[in-house]
Amino acid sequence: MIELQNVTHSYGGGELLSDITLRLQPGSFHFLTGPSGAGKSTLLKLCYGELRPAAGNVQLFGRDLGDMDRDAIAHARRRIGVVHQDCQFLDHLPLRDNLALPLAVSDRDPAAEQGNLDELLSWVGLSARAGARPPELSGGERQRAALARAVIMAPDVVLADEPTGNVDWDMSQRLLTLLVELNRMGKTILIATHDLALIRAAKSQVAARVLRIKDRQLQLAGADL
Amino acid sequence: MVLITLRALIAGDPQADRVVPPTGFTVRLTMFTAGAMAFLAVFALALSLATGRLADRWSEALARTATVRISAPEGQMQTQTEAALQVLRTTPGIGEVRALSDAEQRALLAPWFGPDLPVDTLPVPQLIEVAETGDGYDAEGLRLRLSAEAPGAVLDDHTRWRRPLVQAADRLRMLGLVSIGLIGLTTAAMITLSANAALAANAGVVRVLRLVGARDVYIARAFVRRFTGRTLQGAAAGTALGMLAIALLPGVSTAGGFLTGLGFHGWHWLWPLIIPIVAAGVAFWATRMAALRMLREIT
Repeated sequence: MIELQNVTHSYGGGELLSDITLRLQPGSFHFLTGPSGAGKSTLLKLCYGELRPAAGNVQLFGRDLGDMDRDAIAHARRRIGVVHQDCQFLDHLPLRDNLALPLAVSDRDPAAEQGNLDELLSWVGLSARAGARPPELSGGERQRAALARAVIMAPDVVLADEPTGNVDWDMSQRLLTLLVELNRMGKTILIATHDLALIRAAKSQVAARVLRIKDRQLQLAGADL
Repeated sequence: MVLITLRALIAGDPQADRVVPPTGFTVRLTMFTAGAMAFLAVFALALSLATGRLADRWSEALARTATVRISAPEGQMQTQTEAALQVLRTTPGIGEVRALSDAEQRALLAPWFGPDLPVDTLPVPQLIEVAETGDGYDAEGLRLRLSAEAPGAVLDDHTRWRRPLVQAADRLRMLGLVSIGLIGLTTAAMITLSANAALAANAGVVRVLRLVGARDVYIARAFVRRFTGRTLQGAAAGTALGMLAIALLPGVSTAGGFLTGLGFHGWHWLWPLIIPIVAAGVAFWATRMAALRMLREIT
């Protein structure tokens, strides 16, 4: 599905990630942890083709990222839902239109998908906020909305970068529950987080694999978590 | 690809239209630039059309007439005039010939010598006005016959001073067309700068669109529609103002000459209506090129 083979990435003249190998199998659930600045976000960007590796290979759905043009990467991204810590919405559009954005850019008619949109808004508990603009939403609402937008195209993979970074514990549990639900629907999940409590809480709900970036290398985290 | 983009541009995509924030300095700048350039283009077009008419008029009017000037001693003036008239009347291609009266010759000289000029006491040549038929005449043959029958007669077919006048009018028309071309290029340059500024100002929008799987063509289309629409609006307003200003110019008068003839006549009033369409086309290409180039540069 998504595979990184001996990937190295440099930033600002120095090597940030070195010889990283990662395979996201269909239906798997991964946590990616490590200290701030370790390269978690960079690794996620490599997974959805926003960054290209300095060395090594990235495979997106069986195709080598190096062989993919910009259009092919755009098509691949429609199969990958991304949730950012800062959500990345278009602030001048109401929430409903922001959620429909992946449909619109894929030349699908959002008007024909109103049922799906309503269902998604209800799933993340934001039906009453559909007309609000992103700056009017709370941190938790924005994160849930970002998750809804990430899954509206029924992607195969959901990548979440610190999805609980700006929310309280109750809200982070709620978001975790939504992500676990998605995994039970067969979606592959990769969550980058430094919130170890969230990882511990998840382990009681799902068979998650925990990876850690340490000294530019990717390791399988042990019982120390 | 371009046809698809054009179809999408005309058909419209409400969602794509809205992804770019609706207001912004660059959009207002684009409208103003398009309006100002369209206003100037209307005048350049009017100049070009007016000089074209002028060149045609001078060319036609002067080409169909000629003058025979007879300079002869006082005792031979009448004889040579009669002989010249006879030659002219029997020349194929000449329609009318008429010797100017003293009063008419006095009127011609009045601007230089005043109305009280004693023509009778001055050795003023006799002028004969010649009008051609549609077929024209053989000027060289006529000169030879005149020199034989009336040695003091000189044929002036206006070629000497018609040519520079027509050339001047043609060059003015060319200048008008070059001005329109420069206005188009300037508009393209301004819109390219505005589109670049808009793309830079909306880098966040571009990032979000890429994140959700938008292709470059989709992103470019959103900006292209915005700029093309604003250019069309600005150019339409500028053209309307330009046409109004032309309509309010003083009417054609003999005293005003060329300046009062600057304007559109008859169906020529339709010509300025293509300016907004051309401006929108220029905006479409300029924005599309700028957007796709900039998107290629943004990783």
